[in-house]
Amino acid sequence: MEQPNLLYIKTLSKGDTSFEEKIIKLIKVEFPLEKEKYFDTLSNKKYLKAAEHVHKISHKISILGLKSCYELAGEHESNLREKNEDLKDSFEDILLAITNYMNTI
Amino acid sequence: MNCIIIDDESAARMIIRHLCAGVEDLIVLKEFSDAIQAVKYFNLNEVDLIFLDIHMPAFTGFDFLQTISNPPKIIVTTSDKNFAIDAFEYDCIVDYLVKPIYEERFLKAINKAKNVTSFSSSTHDGADTNDNHLYVNIDRRLIKIDIPSIYLVEANGDYINIKTEEKNYTVHSTLKKIEDKLPDVLFLKVHRSYIINTKKIIDIEGNSVLIKKDVIPVSRSNRTELMNRLNLL
Repeated sequence: MEQPNLLYIKTLSKGDTSFEEKIIKLIKVEFPLEKEKYFDTLSNKKYLKAAEHVHKISHKISILGLKSCYELAGEHESNLREKNEDLKDSFEDILLAITNYMNTI
Repeated sequence: MNCIIIDDESAARMIIRHLCAGVEDLIVLKEFSDAIQAVKYFNLNEVDLIFLDIHMPAFTGFDFLQTISNPPKIIVTTSDKNFAIDAFEYDCIVDYLVKPIYEERFLKAINKAKNVTSFSSSTHDGADTNDNHLYVNIDRRLIKIDIPSIYLVEANGDYINIKTEEKNYTVHSTLKKIEDKLPDVLFLKVHRSYIINTKKIIDIEGNSVLIKKDVIPVSRSNRTELMNRLNLL
């Protein structure tokens, strides 16, 4: 699986470390909350809500340079709208990879 | 040019604001996580450009577009490529940016917005059309041309050559006919065989102007008007 990285943020910042710090801090604050909401709504079979949370998380997936994971998140979001959980495990692997990465930066 | 940002994701707003900061004459007036609040603000303030996310809970970008009257130029910012076709149903949408947004693509969208903005505001100064497109008949097909993208029109016998940023067109028509369709504030007939977009002039030397790679002669009688159009130091 792809590994999260800061390439996109670095490209965007062009050396502006204050911007880099701000956006990383924001992701560190928001990602765990969004992840928690996703798990809650999915465990309660609130598929549309869960899809909304996947949508929010998927932007962070793209910011962290995970291109193919971003595609998968998009598919998972669409699936959830159809009450289909087929990609649940793959998506949750991505969440785990990001969670681990967040602890290193 | 000023703008507002409408996106329910704070990381997306932060990125767009950061990209805006790199554009010299672009001022971010305000950002909104909620499109309903943005409608209220828009109704009370002059806004030139809106960065609009489509996928927002409760009140979407399309809801926003259907709610406001006299929309300014809109750049759609979204994660979902599937909205592109729907988005271009709206004349006010000048570009469609798919997240993650990179600087190069962002600047291209800004340039599009600037070209259209300058044309829209100039139409209020007396041009005879509110539309920024022209349809030309080529081989029995009506082809749409974006007027601000035209940089040169030249007479060519019974035809005219219309040169745009994207493509050149040869149309059976006269310079006089197209001159009447083009906004005066942007276009000037500098010679009996040439109409130029004065915003696209690169330089002027003697009795000729350089537009893109074309060197165009300027008649003595049109030179004064041309010089009046320039923002001379």
